[in-house]
Amino acid sequence: MSAWKKHQIFEKNSLILIVGIIIMISIGGLVEIVPLFYLKSTIEKTEGMRPYTPLELVGRNIYVREGCYACHSQQIRPMRDELQRYGNYSLAAESMYDRPFQWGSKRTGPDLARVGGKYSDEWQRDHLIDPRSVSPTSVMPGYPFLMDAKLSPIKIEIENNLKVNALYGVPYTDEQIANANADMMAQAMPDSDAAEGFLERYPEGKYRNVVVRDFDGNPDAITEMDALVAYLQMLGTLVDFSLYDEKANLR
Amino acid sequence: MAEHKKEIDQVTGIETTGHEWDGLKELNNPLPKWWLYMFYGSIVWSVIYWILMPSWPLVNGYTKGLLDYSQRAVATENFDKAAAERAEIGTMLLEASLEEIRDTPALLEFAMAQGEVAFGDNCAPCHGTGATGFEGYPNLQDDSWIWGGDLDTLSTTISYGVRAEHDETRYAEMPAFGRDELLEKEEIIQVANYVGSVAGLPTQEGVDLEAGKVIYEENCAACHMENAKGDLETGSPNLTAPTYLYGKSVEDIIAQVNAPRHGVMPAWIDRLGETTVKSLAVYVHSLGGGQ
Repeated sequence: MSAWKKHQIFEKNSLILIVGIIIMISIGGLVEIVPLFYLKSTIEKTEGMRPYTPLELVGRNIYVREGCYACHSQQIRPMRDELQRYGNYSLAAESMYDRPFQWGSKRTGPDLARVGGKYSDEWQRDHLIDPRSVSPTSVMPGYPFLMDAKLSPIKIEIENNLKVNALYGVPYTDEQIANANADMMAQAMPDSDAAEGFLERYPEGKYRNVVVRDFDGNPDAITEMDALVAYLQMLGTLVDFSLYDEKANLR
Repeated sequence: MAEHKKEIDQVTGIETTGHEWDGLKELNNPLPKWWLYMFYGSIVWSVIYWILMPSWPLVNGYTKGLLDYSQRAVATENFDKAAAERAEIGTMLLEASLEEIRDTPALLEFAMAQGEVAFGDNCAPCHGTGATGFEGYPNLQDDSWIWGGDLDTLSTTISYGVRAEHDETRYAEMPAFGRDELLEKEEIIQVANYVGSVAGLPTQEGVDLEAGKVIYEENCAACHMENAKGDLETGSPNLTAPTYLYGKSVEDIIAQVNAPRHGVMPAWIDRLGETTVKSLAVYVHSLGGGQ
């Protein structure tokens, strides 16, 4: 029997052809995807990664909503000039609580993977309101409305957001989920009782770089600006590179 | 297809493949040769690539390839190599005083080059590419300094920042005389007008400057000094300076006395390292305001 005769069954029966295609693509996909889940070289050991706090998560959602990823990547590639400018190359582990990740593929603006702490809150604010006020040649649009958009726990339902993340395996405790709405507000209310409760649920030591600050500089309102600046100021600051074993994770 | 006999299609004169669907036969029009050879060539290349480069996942690892290539290793190696090349002159720079750097062309050139690049990447967003600053972000080209403009002071400010999250950061905070109700509204207007008069600004009409002077001496002179020239030690701005960080008018002064704005400068020592910070200090010092 010729090769043609054997192949004839696929060419003449579309259902069998579909099954054949599914089997072939599955094999290709499994070979590419499955090793990522078990190979030691793709699962890096790092110290310091923690889930986002509710306010940071809201900020991240705003980052996604406004399409920041379209012009800003969050991935420092392993190349000398990028290490020089942005710091250590990004690790897969640094996106472990990102759903979806914000690596991006285009840099109209600079990479933001390690922008946390690089500029002051005030600068982030001024720059988001009117980028040209601090960077005259910038082509970034302004986002002044963030200052006016008050965060409302009822509208945002951040609790559900935490729940869904927990479902995917992000280690939020029941207590953190139950208090998500309050914590979202508390992180932008320094010296309040709510902030103390928030810091108890996200204790230092276990949760790196959790800070309570009035991120938007307006103590009277908690706005989307608070959330976005809180998110930007923690980007790339979690992994403790003094403990990171570069050699063990080389690949 | 060995048993298939050659059959020429009557209409087109092209050989058929012998594949038949309900009486219709497929013509054998092969792909262009150039395309086929590129296709075969890329298959051969992929096999070569598998052998040379990391490729196939295995149970406990993956095939490393003969070249044992790792992009991370290469990047780190290049980074370290560049660091090593700079290390020698970097050490000399760290140990040298400003005068020595000025008198040693090699050191000065290195510091200026490194400082300029680092400034563009890290400082320009706030202080501007020309270091002339913006409202709320100090101008580094002029002669008025809040914490001082000599090399060591610049170095300390860059290293630890101002009101930053670093244990050794510089810290100064002016009380909010209006918001926290330390002064009456009238008193704030008086003291702001007095400061304006000292700074050579047109003052508002009908304001008692003498009363303002008394309020100044009681509330402001401790930090900003009797002569309003400020104090670099405590980071108290010079109120007679030609430029003000948050606008130079009596209205701006009133706003600042009422509820002062405080800028934050991040600490750079952990991000940039000692040599780069020193280069930055030399670079900023050279911009025109260095003391």
